[in-house]
Amino acid sequence: MKKNILGILGLFIFIFIFTAMSSEPFLSAYNMQNLIKWSSLYAIMGIGVTFVIITGGIDLSIGSVIGLVASLMALAIKKEWDPNFAVVMLLGLSLGIGLIHGLLITKVKLQPFVVTLCGLLFYRGISRWMTDNQTMQYPGTDKLDSLFSGKVLMGSFGLPAPLFFLIVVAILAAIFLNRTIWGRYLFALGNNEDGARYSGIETDRLKIVAYVICSFLAGLSGLLFAYELDSVQPAQTGEFYELYAIAAAVLGGCSLRGGQGTILGVIIAAAVIRLLRNSINLLGISTHLEYAIIGMVILCGVAADEIIKRVMAKRRAAQLHAAKK
Amino acid sequence: MVDAQPPLLKITAIGKQFPGVRALHNVDLTLNRGEVLSLVGENGAGKSTMMKILAGVHTPDAGTIELDGEPIRVNSVREAQAHGIALIHQELNLAGNLDIAANIFLGNEPHKAGFIDRKLIHAQATKHLQRVGLAFPTDTLVADLTIGHQQLVEIAKALSVDARIIIMDEPTSSLAQKETENLFKVVNDLRSQGISIIYISHRLGEVIELSDRVSVLRDGENAGELVREEISHDAMVKLMVGRDLSQFYQRNATEPGEVVIEADRLRTPAHPNRELSFSVRQGEIVGIAGLVGAGRTELLQTLFGITPAVGGTLKLDGNKILPRRPLEAIMAGIALAPEDRKQHGLVSQMSVRENSSLARLRIDQKAGMIDFTAETNVANEAVEKMDIKTPHLEQVIQYLSGGNQQKVVLGKWLAMNPRLLLLDEPTRGIDVGSKQEIYKLMEELAASGVAILFVSSEMEEVLGMADRALVMHEGAITGELSRDQLSEETIMQLATGNKAAA
Repeated sequence: MKKNILGILGLFIFIFIFTAMSSEPFLSAYNMQNLIKWSSLYAIMGIGVTFVIITGGIDLSIGSVIGLVASLMALAIKKEWDPNFAVVMLLGLSLGIGLIHGLLITKVKLQPFVVTLCGLLFYRGISRWMTDNQTMQYPGTDKLDSLFSGKVLMGSFGLPAPLFFLIVVAILAAIFLNRTIWGRYLFALGNNEDGARYSGIETDRLKIVAYVICSFLAGLSGLLFAYELDSVQPAQTGEFYELYAIAAAVLGGCSLRGGQGTILGVIIAAAVIRLLRNSINLLGISTHLEYAIIGMVILCGVAADEIIKRVMAKRRAAQLHAAKK
Repeated sequence: MVDAQPPLLKITAIGKQFPGVRALHNVDLTLNRGEVLSLVGENGAGKSTMMKILAGVHTPDAGTIELDGEPIRVNSVREAQAHGIALIHQELNLAGNLDIAANIFLGNEPHKAGFIDRKLIHAQATKHLQRVGLAFPTDTLVADLTIGHQQLVEIAKALSVDARIIIMDEPTSSLAQKETENLFKVVNDLRSQGISIIYISHRLGEVIELSDRVSVLRDGENAGELVREEISHDAMVKLMVGRDLSQFYQRNATEPGEVVIEADRLRTPAHPNRELSFSVRQGEIVGIAGLVGAGRTELLQTLFGITPAVGGTLKLDGNKILPRRPLEAIMAGIALAPEDRKQHGLVSQMSVRENSSLARLRIDQKAGMIDFTAETNVANEAVEKMDIKTPHLEQVIQYLSGGNQQKVVLGKWLAMNPRLLLLDEPTRGIDVGSKQEIYKLMEELAASGVAILFVSSEMEEVLGMADRALVMHEGAITGELSRDQLSEETIMQLATGNKAAA
């Protein structure tokens, strides 16, 4: 598991140094702040979907939940609701969405892909309908502004607010996964659901928790994105973000078969994806190639990981065989 | 010598290695024309692997196979078929949605310009059906046939490709008495037609009745061979376990204590019309015998809360319980070591430490946090008590041998100090050494007051370990036998639904 992280960390450092040497503005405070901010936003989504992927499931609705929360927040401000109240309500709504996903998957026994694919369509449609598909601005709600998109100055370098959200989320997530019995149960059920159930683990309940965490973090991301962008386009905000989140999780060492994943790996992988975009822009590579390059890097990363794993397994089996003789 | 021709089939020094398990080592086997050779051995002795190699399912790592004195290679099922070798699986491989004729010629359809020649198929199929004594129209859907008849269709299918060697892997494990008798008749007919049969069975009574010769495997190696006049129950068992039976199963039953579990007219969802009543006392080891599909596993699953009961009552230590989920059963003091270790017993990617502590974690937690010290202690204790052979606690469990995996499963439950231990085929697929250790453990647990209920398809295991046996047939308990009533014959009678005979 530790070796997984080393691989992705190496990739990050390589691209970082390469870009830093080839492009002057890369290391500028402005660019760095942007990189940190966007990496943090991606990582928060990625951590959410990691929980679901560990159970062997998938969540395709993340981008639409982001769009829904951002749209409704704008609507609430327009209707002059108390913004703090709106934030609490919307985070509650996200929890509810996750709960519904989890219940449909565990109790009605629908496939996660189907449930969240329908969610993707449904929440996007609702966002557009409720807002009349109008682009909306976020007028100054100063306290929330500085909470979600402010900066903490360290000397002259301003650390963006999403970074602090990420730190809190990452620490809590890592403790949950690695230190609590529920984290252990999550890995166990992702690996062998029947085996976990036969050991007295309440697999349904834990799966629901995973979907709740995922949607909650999507909702939180929705607020962060909206305040960051200062506006929301109901048809577009958050579109395809679930795919970036899943890509970060997979590149960070999660297996879609379930039972595997690390928080640190996902954070670094999210940073790699943002870094790639940044490099492509700065190095003057045609931005039309952006998706192709990101896709290729993820594919190579995952393939390398799989091959290394297989070689290691073989070596271990051989060692064991030798030890027996 | 009059008969100078080589044996039909000669297998020399076959070896096969699976990750973590040496399935076969240096195994020899010969088969003559028109002979019924039985292959016996305990679970995990390598019988099925051997047969799968012959049928082209597995490729051997070492050794040679000669047919009519010529070395051959069987790297695929098709190659095996071309050599006239057919394997009749324990689980039949028929397409239920097709009729008998279509199944017999599946993959070998006689055709004219790409169109299946239906007339020919049905005419040929009728001929092959006659050879196995099956008088059904050839357009009968296979799904409408009983298991016994389906098996005969499989044999007819083998005959249709001119099989000279037919391998039958546990053919009677789910057959009723009549169907078994019918199958024996077919086997005898085939033998008289010069076809050679390799017969694999746990039922030593059947082996004695059918075989010209018996070859015994133990832990993936040849353990010995018996010719017709040497074949006896005791001789086979001695070769199978490698020592006298009395040393292998050391059950010193003591006076049982209070009733631990009592089922009264319990009904399982698998057989909702059958009422099951029985009890197990402290310190008692009770076996459940029966054919595959008799509802034994389903009973254990109901006791463990996996498939909650649909009726009746269950008392544990006199208190009514009705587990609806495994967690409820576990908290009440029930543990289950399931039949399918890989699917239900283990989390195969996790370590020995994580697997052995999985049930106990909940109890040692501190406000939801894992108590890692307690966890390591639990794992260490399991390794020590169960003598688990692992390089370290972090070893991923899938790389351990079957016997050691099963010990981890048992270790996980012992950490919970269960009142009632349910074991489903506790020694399936594990080596003789581990087997004996598991029997010893059962003995020790019983002596410490645990009530043990185990399901076994291995007759010797039931005869050797059970203080009492329940025999099941089609979801019902057809008989209860005390230790002095236990015999292979009485169990088989009850297991095939023959109540009067007991």
